[in-house]
Amino acid sequence: MSYLEYHAKSTPTGLRKVLHLNWGLTLLLATVSSVGFLMLYSVAGGSFSPWVEPQVKRFALGLGVMFVVAMIPIWFWRNISVVAYLGSLALLVAVELFGTVGMGAQRWIDIGFMRLQPSEVTKIALVMLLAAYYDWLPAEKTSRPLWVLLPVALILIPTALVLKQPDLGTSILLMAAGGGVMFLAGVHWAYFVAVIAAGVGLVSAVFQSRGTDWQLLKDYQFRRIDTFLDPSQDPLGAGYHITQSKIALGSGGWSGRGFMQGTQSRLNFLPEKHTDFIFTTLAEEFGFIGGVTLLSIYMLIIVFCIASAIAAKDRFSSLVIMGIAITFFLFFAVNMSMVMGLAPVVGVPLPMVSYGGSAMLVLLGAFGIVQSAHIHRPRQASR
Amino acid sequence: MKRNPKDLDAAHGKMTRRALFLGGLQLAFAGGLAARMRYLQVDQADEFRLLAEENRINIRLLPPARGQIFDRNGLIIAQNSPSYRITVVPEDAGDVEAVIAKLSSLVPLDPEDLERARTEMRRSPPFLPITLADQIGWEDISKVAVNAPALPGVTPEVGLTRVYPQLGDFAHVIGYVGPVSDYDLSKMEDPEPVLMIPRFQIGKVGFEAKREDVLRGKAGAKRVEVNATGRVMRELDRREGISGADMQLTIDAELQNYVQARLGRESAAAVVIDCEDGDIRAICSSPSFDPNLFVRGISVADYRMLTEDNYRPLSNKTVQGTYPPGSTFKMITALAALENGVVGPEETVWCPGHLKVAGRRFHCWKRAGHGHVDLNTSLKRSCDVYYYDVAIKTGINKISEMANLFGLGIKHDLPMSAVAQGITPTKEWKSSSYGKDWLIGDTANASIGQGYMLASPLQLAVMSARIATGRSVTPRLLKSLDGVEQPSGAGEPLPVSENSLRMVRRGMYSVSNDRRGTAYRSRIAPKEMEMAGKTGTSQVRNITAAERAAGVIRNEDLPWERRDHALFVCFAPYDKPKYAVAVVVEHGGGGSKAAAPVARDVMLQALYNGTPPLEAYPKADRSRIKAQQERLERERVKRPLGSRSSRA
Repeated sequence: MSYLEYHAKSTPTGLRKVLHLNWGLTLLLATVSSVGFLMLYSVAGGSFSPWVEPQVKRFALGLGVMFVVAMIPIWFWRNISVVAYLGSLALLVAVELFGTVGMGAQRWIDIGFMRLQPSEVTKIALVMLLAAYYDWLPAEKTSRPLWVLLPVALILIPTALVLKQPDLGTSILLMAAGGGVMFLAGVHWAYFVAVIAAGVGLVSAVFQSRGTDWQLLKDYQFRRIDTFLDPSQDPLGAGYHITQSKIALGSGGWSGRGFMQGTQSRLNFLPEKHTDFIFTTLAEEFGFIGGVTLLSIYMLIIVFCIASAIAAKDRFSSLVIMGIAITFFLFFAVNMSMVMGLAPVVGVPLPMVSYGGSAMLVLLGAFGIVQSAHIHRPRQASR
Repeated sequence: MKRNPKDLDAAHGKMTRRALFLGGLQLAFAGGLAARMRYLQVDQADEFRLLAEENRINIRLLPPARGQIFDRNGLIIAQNSPSYRITVVPEDAGDVEAVIAKLSSLVPLDPEDLERARTEMRRSPPFLPITLADQIGWEDISKVAVNAPALPGVTPEVGLTRVYPQLGDFAHVIGYVGPVSDYDLSKMEDPEPVLMIPRFQIGKVGFEAKREDVLRGKAGAKRVEVNATGRVMRELDRREGISGADMQLTIDAELQNYVQARLGRESAAAVVIDCEDGDIRAICSSPSFDPNLFVRGISVADYRMLTEDNYRPLSNKTVQGTYPPGSTFKMITALAALENGVVGPEETVWCPGHLKVAGRRFHCWKRAGHGHVDLNTSLKRSCDVYYYDVAIKTGINKISEMANLFGLGIKHDLPMSAVAQGITPTKEWKSSSYGKDWLIGDTANASIGQGYMLASPLQLAVMSARIATGRSVTPRLLKSLDGVEQPSGAGEPLPVSENSLRMVRRGMYSVSNDRRGTAYRSRIAPKEMEMAGKTGTSQVRNITAAERAAGVIRNEDLPWERRDHALFVCFAPYDKPKYAVAVVVEHGGGGSKAAAPVARDVMLQALYNGTPPLEAYPKADRSRIKAQQERLERERVKRPLGSRSSRA
């Protein structure tokens, strides 16, 4: 019997659960998605097609998924986390075997009504599994080497599969989110220091490997790093994305050019303006104020999650919420850093805003788990 | 597995602390992102805004309309006509080859142009128009326009091109324009951006080149918004260019046309100048060429035809060509002698047919000699010995000085290409040019306009005008620029006594009105229009003593290029000079036969401002003149002067 089960009786049941949803979080998610609709409408030149309409449908679907997931008690999710993890691994292998090649990488499986990106599912499944693992693991064993190595392996298996697609952005996200959950679970900080030191060593090794037979990254990945470090050296070639993105962003100024007035995105100077670089359109049209507002909404979502995680009192809920929050944070932090020229272009979308099905569905599903944890949390009054 | 709730609480507390720590890290990172945003969007906003504008806005030049050129009566000489091009946008055409095939069944397409278009197509983005045919007729354009639905992506476009409706008449005066070449650009220090427009036309020679500064105008510009691939999305604003200034020449196109026709196929030059104000009424070099050939770039075959012609159609003989003035120079020698008191008007010189100068015989053209010759007779009958004699007494430097006073050896400032200075030799000139001393024989040669003496037809016309008026008449070609009248060339009185001038004019009068004058046959009949002139026949070879002994060979028996140049200068009416004319017929033979009739006809045409009545000619000549007038009338009509009626 876990701690959770003592208080299960005090949680709401049936339709009463709806009243106990975290409505603030729901509202924030809807707001962020609406910002996405607005921007997609703008980059399409004032049209609902081709992006806004499918995006709204997906959002509606995702919202449905979120509610269904939220209604299901959190312990169910804990119990199926191993299955979810193994399922996502199977999907990753499947994408390796049958996936569609797009943008130079094998990332999607066509499942009829939409194209599924298994790596998105993996992010959540990994967080769930790790949370369940630490829920199961007695606290005193947390920092024992053997019990540390096991989750590390659990993180590295999907990471390696994703890296093979190749999708550097997602693999970094997986490692960071997994590491985050381990950190929260209470693994001794010395491990993290060691890993960071090793990471620094690895990065220098990667750079050393360039041009040799044992080159660790693909050429295009090296080039992305090069152009990130100095975009001006090739403004029309590989550095084009970053340069144009900074121009669009910077030209927005304090309050922007106004809705639908962004010349850089309108005239196609911006690459991937409806997906990874959508933030530049927002920043160009709504300026610094618009950018900071979106960033604040994102941070509010994070704050809601942390509060929810602390309130949860049961280990699985707290860890899974925090893991999802970290994943979500990494999404927008990496994406924004990328368009602002602070990080290399790694292909991470702006969560809930960028055009794209898998990410939105999976994120809303994940927030469904957060909601579930919130609904089924232990309550003081019934103690 | 049962757990101690205390442990769990401890674990939860640890997680809470770490969650808050992580949350703090995330907030700090978000703060960093906000700071970065602030840096890009607030601190560097201006710079990025500028870069964005550069991205977005493209400046396209609008070529200015070139200034037009009119004659003194407003007849158009150089104009800008719409020129039609056919362009195709490959992207819109779809199957370009199919469209080209369809197009070529409608209008003739040059295979060379098509080949160039295809290479261009491979290089440029598919949304940029490619020129398939240039300079095509209105009819062909209409065909394309009518069949537009069957020709996707094909557009008839209109631009401006230079057209010279007067064809050859003004080829030497205004020259022509042509597409800017790399060579042109290499000569300029800082070429205007407008010159980079492909096939932009600039003045190449003549007036067009000399006044390029004002004719070209200033390019306008339009700012267009382009997308990342360079496609024009919309026009933001446009600043129209400033058209080049319109010019009005002093030339009378009708007269010019007549003179050109009168010179015919001779290799000749004729200049008509207004004695009162120096306006050049006609300035023709023959043979001429069609300047329109050069506008879009002349074909190799045409160019070869022009350059290989012995009669040098491309050279402007009126100002570039310099000739020994021959006897037409005698007025200058006479004036120098009179002004320096070397000889009096009534004083005579004995002409036995030759004069011995420094041991060498200088012959008079009349071997038998002229007997006693005074000034008037010397001019009337063109006695050479008289001039040998007075010139030697006067000295070459004084003669050259006088020549300069009358516009010889002076480079007249006309907006034409390669205006020649000619030569009026002096002792110093010879020693500095040849490193040799001036010989007395050189003076004798110079006195009759031979030897080193060289003058252009323009200079001879100016000389005649100055003799006629006694003023320093300056030739003027540009009447008004952009509506502003240019200074007149009437000139100041010359420092020459009116007496001397009157004597010389009187002599010239005798040349064409005295029964024994050399140009009596080319006189003007009406009393009020009588002409004063002077013939000249200048040798282009030395007549050797042996030749002279065997009898001088008649010009007609010599090959063309060894024949004498025929010259004639004149002014009329004698009482009140209005026009001065100079005619040079290269290798034309004698001045009285080849040049004087042309000059007289030209003079009459100018005086009557059109075809003169037959009464203006001596009775005996009228039937011949009538036939000539009719022939010229036909020849002038034959010229395709469709736009001749388009008076502005």
